[in-house]
Amino acid sequence: MTTTLPAYDDVVARYEPVIGLETHVELGTNTKMFCGCPTDFGGEPNTRVCPVCLGLPGSLPVANKAAIEATIRIGLALNCSIAEWCRFARKNYFYPDMPKNFQISQYDEPLCVDGYLDVEVNGETVRIGIERVHLEEDTGKTLHVGGATGRIHGATESLVDYNRAGIPLVEIVTKPIPGTGALAPEVARAYVTELRDVIRSLGVSDVRMEEGSLRCDVNTSLNRPGQEWGTRTETKNVNSLRSVERAVRSEMLRQASVLDAGGRITQETRHFHEDSGDTTPGRSKETATDYRYFPEPDLVPLAPDAAWVAELKAALPELPRLHRRRLQLQWGLSDLDMQSVLNAGAVELIEATVAAGATPAAARKWWLGELSRRANEAGIELADVGATPSQVAELQGLVDAGKLNDKLARVVLEGVVGGEGSPTEIMNNRNLEVVSDTGALTAAVDEAIVANPDVADKVRSGKVAAAGALVGAVMKTTRGQADAKTVRELILERLGVQS
Amino acid sequence: MTDLTRLTASEIAGLVASGDASAVEVTQAHLDRIAAVDGRINAFLHVDTDGALAAARAVDERRAAGDELGPLAGVPVAVKDVLATRGVPTTVGSKILEGWRPPYDATIVKRLRAAGTVMLGKTNMDEFAMGSSTEYSAYGPTRNPWDTDRIPGGSGGGSAAALAAYEAPLSIGSDTGGSIRQPGAVTGTVGAKPTYGGTSRYGLVAFSSSLDTPGPCARTVLDAALLHEVIGGHDPRDSTSIPAPVPDVVAAAKLGATGDLTGVKLGVVKEFTGEGAEPGVTAAFREAVDTLTKLGAEIVEVSCPHFRYALPAYYLIAPSECSSNLARFDGVRFGLRVGDDGNRSLEEVMSLTREAGFGPEVKRRIMIGTYALSSGYYDAYYGQAQKVRTLITRDFTAAFTQVDALISPTTPFVAFPLGARTSDPYQMYLADLYTIPTNLYGGPGISVPCGLSEGLPVGLQVMAPTMADDRMYRVAAALESAVGTFTPPAL
Repeated sequence: MTTTLPAYDDVVARYEPVIGLETHVELGTNTKMFCGCPTDFGGEPNTRVCPVCLGLPGSLPVANKAAIEATIRIGLALNCSIAEWCRFARKNYFYPDMPKNFQISQYDEPLCVDGYLDVEVNGETVRIGIERVHLEEDTGKTLHVGGATGRIHGATESLVDYNRAGIPLVEIVTKPIPGTGALAPEVARAYVTELRDVIRSLGVSDVRMEEGSLRCDVNTSLNRPGQEWGTRTETKNVNSLRSVERAVRSEMLRQASVLDAGGRITQETRHFHEDSGDTTPGRSKETATDYRYFPEPDLVPLAPDAAWVAELKAALPELPRLHRRRLQLQWGLSDLDMQSVLNAGAVELIEATVAAGATPAAARKWWLGELSRRANEAGIELADVGATPSQVAELQGLVDAGKLNDKLARVVLEGVVGGEGSPTEIMNNRNLEVVSDTGALTAAVDEAIVANPDVADKVRSGKVAAAGALVGAVMKTTRGQADAKTVRELILERLGVQS
Repeated sequence: MTDLTRLTASEIAGLVASGDASAVEVTQAHLDRIAAVDGRINAFLHVDTDGALAAARAVDERRAAGDELGPLAGVPVAVKDVLATRGVPTTVGSKILEGWRPPYDATIVKRLRAAGTVMLGKTNMDEFAMGSSTEYSAYGPTRNPWDTDRIPGGSGGGSAAALAAYEAPLSIGSDTGGSIRQPGAVTGTVGAKPTYGGTSRYGLVAFSSSLDTPGPCARTVLDAALLHEVIGGHDPRDSTSIPAPVPDVVAAAKLGATGDLTGVKLGVVKEFTGEGAEPGVTAAFREAVDTLTKLGAEIVEVSCPHFRYALPAYYLIAPSECSSNLARFDGVRFGLRVGDDGNRSLEEVMSLTREAGFGPEVKRRIMIGTYALSSGYYDAYYGQAQKVRTLITRDFTAAFTQVDALISPTTPFVAFPLGARTSDPYQMYLADLYTIPTNLYGGPGISVPCGLSEGLPVGLQVMAPTMADDRMYRVAAALESAVGTFTPPAL
């Protein structure tokens, strides 16, 4: 598409977006959804398979209780009602990476329904309605070989890896989200971020978008104010939080340009392209497959015991939003300061650093200062910067004990990030400890006075400010390892001047 | 010397246990019989000579070592080709699975092996168990040992004919709408459909998941019960398997064999007498009812008004499930692949494979099922059929408040000539008219020979409440004790 796109501000002035998100989360259970095969990521192709997940004739599924439990916990964390009785259903369509040519999913009887998730955007709380949370099995992966793009078009052969087939997958579907206006892209991102944090706090998935354990489809439509909601498109291949935001924005701009030109939006699946930031059409939903859903006859209905559900609810961990609020109070941060901590992705890092003994202020200083700078420069996540919370706490401990000053501490931190060892080891190995031996310092001071007689005279005659040059000289000979304040006091004392 | 192939399974087990016959001798006798007659019967799709003899030797070695043997150790069994057998071809009577050797054993096959039975091979069947004559097998029809120009029933015609032809004393069948009982009736053998969930479906190539029930076939009621006991019981690999012990079917068969049915109340299904059945079948059934009365049973007539809707409901539910179950046969992972010449698309290869691999009856049912599940038609067809299923279940539960078990002829007609009903699917479907309600309900049913009509066997069906399989064995064994077993003319 080479059409010139309208300006975003113009678009949101003329149109109202309605968005919706369908998120798939691969659960971190030990075994697959309907068989005992392991779920770990990355094995050689077709090594984590058995007759059941290969869909061999005669094989039968048996539901994984741990996956059902995890799904119920997600539903509870999203304020859903848990079905007293529900069933799995078959979704029938032919695709080679789907071993049985149907997917065991849930249709009109999902496990969890009608909940919500509160997210914060620019300090405002937006309540996102949750339509349903259901459980299904993942498909395998098809690799198209020989084509230019890795897509099926032009490929000479297709290879299928069934390792992923049958991994439990939770689908979380929002209700349509109207009324967010210009903030729609940010709301979408904030929702996926919050959802990721909630699921991570439950410990049921590693929710890594880059490994595909969190996948997101974004529905977008535009309508003129006061008119009915427009036709929606579904954008797939949205593989990062940033892409969620970009995909909504890009689709809003594209749809506006189509509507502006008097065109109509086709209900279709579109693919998001990370590099260009735009979307291209995939398969049209208007000729969509009839999935012929019907209740899965190989499985018995699920009827979670009410007492069990109550137990799971009572045992839910503190959810991220409440957790953050509690930390903000404990750390004494303003909303703005807390926001910058959140934006830096530093909440858990600071929390762990405080737990390892640092004060909140010191922990925040390191993570938002020196370490954020390094992460930004390297273009990596803060958590991957190379220093751990316990190392940061140890470093701060050395500063607090007077063994390192700020400048030396930064040198030590560089060593930590470079993998030289613990802060104490680096300080000792590189001999960076503050010189606190007054004998050695006095010698250095006397040396500086002798070497700079003119300056010494000025100080003696009352120009105390001139002592700075002598301090500098001492710091130079001690390679910065002296405490400047102590040095200054010593100089004045040796020159017989009252400080 | 005794002809080992003429013995019952319990007699063979006795000889093997006492050392009067070795399992290898027994097995060899049956392999020889198969070699002699199966060219005329075509009961077997695959004879596993080496595997059978190895299994027999293992039993003999265990006996020699003084190990305790199970009640059927050393007894040969023929297995319907619908069950996955590790390393042994499993075709389901279809071209689409030609050459497939499963990497795993069905639970029932595992239990047969663990019990020391000797698997002779795999028996012929209507393709994917869809049919009532075994004429829809992709590997040629099986012929009825009573008259080789007639059908042996279906879909499990191979398992029934193997018994009637003395090629095996025991066999395994699967019953979705009558595929164990109707072949049993027309070959003069015993076929039992256990309670749904009473026998594991793991490894049974699915036709209709909510109806498929594997079960025992034998020449006597006691043998069927002994086999039932070996294969039955809970299997954690099958979610629909019932977590309860197998009812004591062997004790029930032994009790029935005393010929005393005093205190047993039986209901004749009103809707299954009279019209529809051949006069000879009706006559044999009436005579059997008199016999049961003489054995002490109280007989009443019971109306099950919704049974007349069983056939149409079945022909929506079973095809719907089959259309989904058979989707996996696409040439990608196993079995036949057609048209993969490097130029055709994946979709084309899938289509060509299915077109070449499935026979006309299978295609017909896939199409019916696909239609019945389609958006906009689901409620009118699949949804409505499920409601009928509920009503039929209510008929059964209401009947069982009045009687201990229901009885009817097993099938409206005796073995018909080959080709007589293949041109009209509905005429073929009528063969299962009396057996289908039990599948929709999920209860057990057994067919036991009750007499002859124009020289051909007639079966009587006993239907019992779910998990009361023992009741039907008692009634069947009592009738057998009075009327005896039926031997076909020499081949």
